[in-house]
Amino acid sequence: MKNKNGIANIYLVLVFLVLYAPIFYLMYYSFNSGGTMHEFEGFTLDYYREVVADTRLMIIMINTLVIALLSSAIATLIAIIGALAIQHVRSRRAKNTLLSLNNVLIVSPDVIIGASFLILFTIVGIKLGFTSVLLSHVAFSIPIAVIMILPHLQEMSPTLTDAARDLGATRRDVLTKVILPIIKPGIFSGFFMALTYSLDDFAVTFFVTGNGYSTLSVEIYSRARQGVSLSINALSTLIFLFTILLVIGYYYLNQRKSRPAMHIAEQVAEAGVPR
Amino acid sequence: MKSKGKSYYLIPYYLWIALFVIAPVLLVIYYSLFDLDGKLTLDNYVNFFTPVYMRMMMNSFWYAFLITLFSLLVAYPAAYLLTRTKHKQLWLLLIILPTWINLLLKTYAFIGIFGTFGPVNNFFDLVGLGEQQILFTGFSFVFVSVYIFIPFMILPIFSALDEMNLSLVDAARDLGASGWTTFRRVVFPLTISGVRSGCMAVFIPALSLFMITRLIAGNRVITLGTAIEQHFLVTQDWGMGSTVAVFLIAIMALFMILTGSSRKGGRA
Repeated sequence: MKNKNGIANIYLVLVFLVLYAPIFYLMYYSFNSGGTMHEFEGFTLDYYREVVADTRLMIIMINTLVIALLSSAIATLIAIIGALAIQHVRSRRAKNTLLSLNNVLIVSPDVIIGASFLILFTIVGIKLGFTSVLLSHVAFSIPIAVIMILPHLQEMSPTLTDAARDLGATRRDVLTKVILPIIKPGIFSGFFMALTYSLDDFAVTFFVTGNGYSTLSVEIYSRARQGVSLSINALSTLIFLFTILLVIGYYYLNQRKSRPAMHIAEQVAEAGVPR
Repeated sequence: MKSKGKSYYLIPYYLWIALFVIAPVLLVIYYSLFDLDGKLTLDNYVNFFTPVYMRMMMNSFWYAFLITLFSLLVAYPAAYLLTRTKHKQLWLLLIILPTWINLLLKTYAFIGIFGTFGPVNNFFDLVGLGEQQILFTGFSFVFVSVYIFIPFMILPIFSALDEMNLSLVDAARDLGASGWTTFRRVVFPLTISGVRSGCMAVFIPALSLFMITRLIAGNRVITLGTAIEQHFLVTQDWGMGSTVAVFLIAIMALFMILTGSSRKGGRA
């Protein structure tokens, strides 16, 4: 039994090693004065200075953050409505149809979302750039936020709203004083998931950014196609640290709400691959 | 709840469904009927059944199949062992963490790792295999894709294994089943739903990857995704691009129908 455990542990350690190796590899070489990703010549912070001094990159970072925060906020708002709409529907058939429609964008390959949105924006006459990127991010974040909010709504006892109604609460009061506080953890996780989706998205944005407007993923892609540049490494180190802070913050929030991490993990898995 | 007339507040959501879920699909189908000159024709569909596209489709399927298979082979034992660890939630979190790091950055890392002077080639040199061309091959494409998708395979399998009633395993062992038989006849069938959703989470995106093919496979591997991107953004042949997209949507729908029943059952 002891021996078996040994092999098991080695396997797990290997999996973790492989999962993290590329990330630490990037970070390690971000300090390489040699300028390549294979021979470490000496320690330098030059590439970090380069990243900070690069105003174009800074603008792109701000673009990315603005799009992420704005689109997640709008998407979460619409998703609350969506979750209520799905809950609102009584017939099982209609509910399943609505759920399926909700999930179409989650299971669709990004290329198709990107291509079809490109057609849509061109036909409607929306100029490619900030607006088209924002609208796309809102659009693909809504379903995941709905999925995060819906279970909370379903777990809520309907007697609560009935009681509130009986005690004379208006529809508005029921919504703001009863329903919203109860589904708050779902709203938070929905917002957070939308945020990570937006920050991570490449494929869809790639299709709908025109010339002159760029987000971080698109920028990294075009730089990476030109070959290795250690300022990308420096940038990725910064992003990695930022991501970890974000995740720790999120789990801290969740811990206080005492929702087990597993629940979220499952939903993430159901939701599929981030873009 | 009974007053139907007061549901105005639901409008934004239904508007989203109409504009961003239904309309795009219809638009893609509509565009697939036009050729480069804007003439209404079925040529694109005829073109799709020529050897060029058929080979690309088979290629795409083959790679997606390989990626799914290898992800499953790595992920199942990992998920199984994870459920046996002490602080399994923490370990699971550590598995999820890399997925929150931008896909492009992880892919970019492999340009260095698999490069001519990268650590893998150094290792090959060391053991006497000599330098190999790893980057820009089918192998590197599959490897990087599997790397990207592993967490999404582990998660559903982990939760299926975690929910499994362990006394069933004990019962099988008590009744004299060997370890392998127990796995084959008890554990695996009980976790098949997790395997199925894992495969779905990997297979469909794997069909449509295009940035990994560009960065890692150096255009050696052409998938349906690459073809769509090429038609839309490079050759501007939206009609043909849409036609490929229509087939991809059809495949996806088929997949959803095939795997849908079990997922719904799980959620209800």
